[in-house]
Amino acid sequence: MSPSFTSASTLDDALAAVASGARPVAGGTDLVVGARQGKAPLPQDIVAIDRVDGLRSLEVSDAGVRLGTLVTHGDIVANADIRDRFTALADASAIVGSHATRAQGTIGGNVMNASPAMDTGGPLLCFDATVTLRSAAGERTIGLDALWTGPGKTSAAHDELLVAIDLPAPAPGTGSCYVRLEYRRQMEIAVVGASALVVLADGNVTAARIAITALTPTIRRVPEAEAALVGTKAEADAVRAAARAAAAAATPISDVRGSAEYRRAMAEVMASRAVTAALTRARGGSVPIPASPAMYGAKES
Amino acid sequence: MRVAATLTVNGASYPVELDPHVSLLRAVRDELGLTGSKEGCDDSECGACMMLLDGAPVNACSYLAMQAVGREVTTVEGLAGDEEVGPLQRAFLQQFGVQCGFCTPGMLISATALLRSNPDPSDEEIRIGLSGNLCRCTGYDGIVKAVHQAASGEVPPLRGAPVHADATPPHHAG
Repeated sequence: MSPSFTSASTLDDALAAVASGARPVAGGTDLVVGARQGKAPLPQDIVAIDRVDGLRSLEVSDAGVRLGTLVTHGDIVANADIRDRFTALADASAIVGSHATRAQGTIGGNVMNASPAMDTGGPLLCFDATVTLRSAAGERTIGLDALWTGPGKTSAAHDELLVAIDLPAPAPGTGSCYVRLEYRRQMEIAVVGASALVVLADGNVTAARIAITALTPTIRRVPEAEAALVGTKAEADAVRAAARAAAAAATPISDVRGSAEYRRAMAEVMASRAVTAALTRARGGSVPIPASPAMYGAKES
Repeated sequence: MRVAATLTVNGASYPVELDPHVSLLRAVRDELGLTGSKEGCDDSECGACMMLLDGAPVNACSYLAMQAVGREVTTVEGLAGDEEVGPLQRAFLQQFGVQCGFCTPGMLISATALLRSNPDPSDEEIRIGLSGNLCRCTGYDGIVKAVHQAASGEVPPLRGAPVHADATPPHHAG
């Protein structure tokens, strides 16, 4: 049978296509590369969803932010409210791929690709993001820990499309940061990544979220690391204990980007940097998003 | 099986028949005959294939041609307009931003996208903005200078006779 390609203009058309076996493509930044690297052949039947109406909205409210599945990394970093309130997510989207990747690549495709090294994964976990999956039969909303089941694997059924990602508003006093170890400024995949979110009240840490990237089969939070910070004044000892606990949860692999031993050694360093930067931001200090406004891949809004 | 489609590249419409799996780069080079865009890594690492899609940069080696139907594609051939070469291209020549030339089409497209979002970039912003494009010859300094010069708007015309692709190099004369 010869391959087919259709372009859906409505969500119903897209859902019907995936229900009949077509695989979706949005920004296209992972699909062809994945096929060439032998991860999975190009699907026989492809449905492009990048022109479906209404899926590229980015809705900011007091309750939080809703990212339509087609929102690009460029859109995310260009949004002043995300940079201000969901800073770690802006950190991540600012360094995904190159400006070409950020102009085409979507948050929905990024999440459904389920890479253990994806930059936005840790920040989304720290912000307690939920994803809404829709099929012709209806929709359901689940947490990312229930979505990601392994490297490149999700719990979504083949006829389900991710349509939106919701991030509840962070508490007052929140600071967050994502950092990655890299060999190259762009078109890089995290060798090791770490995300941190802290909530400060009168100098005390009242809540913390720490997630590790490229260190476990799926990106995950480390409750032991979070517990090492909560209830402290985030002194150097507490930060060190949290970073150590984060590193202790790492079960890295060796690959072309780094050995397991190196990754394990760097996990504590990166976790410490993420926590320290999140604390600085929570205290009102400046830690720039790792790209200038001109690098956002879209005009500032 | 190939399917009929129309690609719009540098303002011209090209009716073509495409394999649904073919990349935008392959379609533009092999079907349209526009060979300015290069295949380097064929893996979105090097940026030699970069084109603009509705004005935004795309790694064309890793983008399905069918997804570009109905969108405006710009390749290096479309940068000069009615001139023989545009100011950014002249700046690359004058600042020695070109050696072997293989990365140049992608560099020019990437720099065009950069200058549209940031008309007056710093050294650091140029280096970050172009770091999705690899060059193995120049060491990048000439390229960074060229982007600065293009941003300044002060790029003199090329000296000497117009450059034609079929011009015989002087040392071959006689």
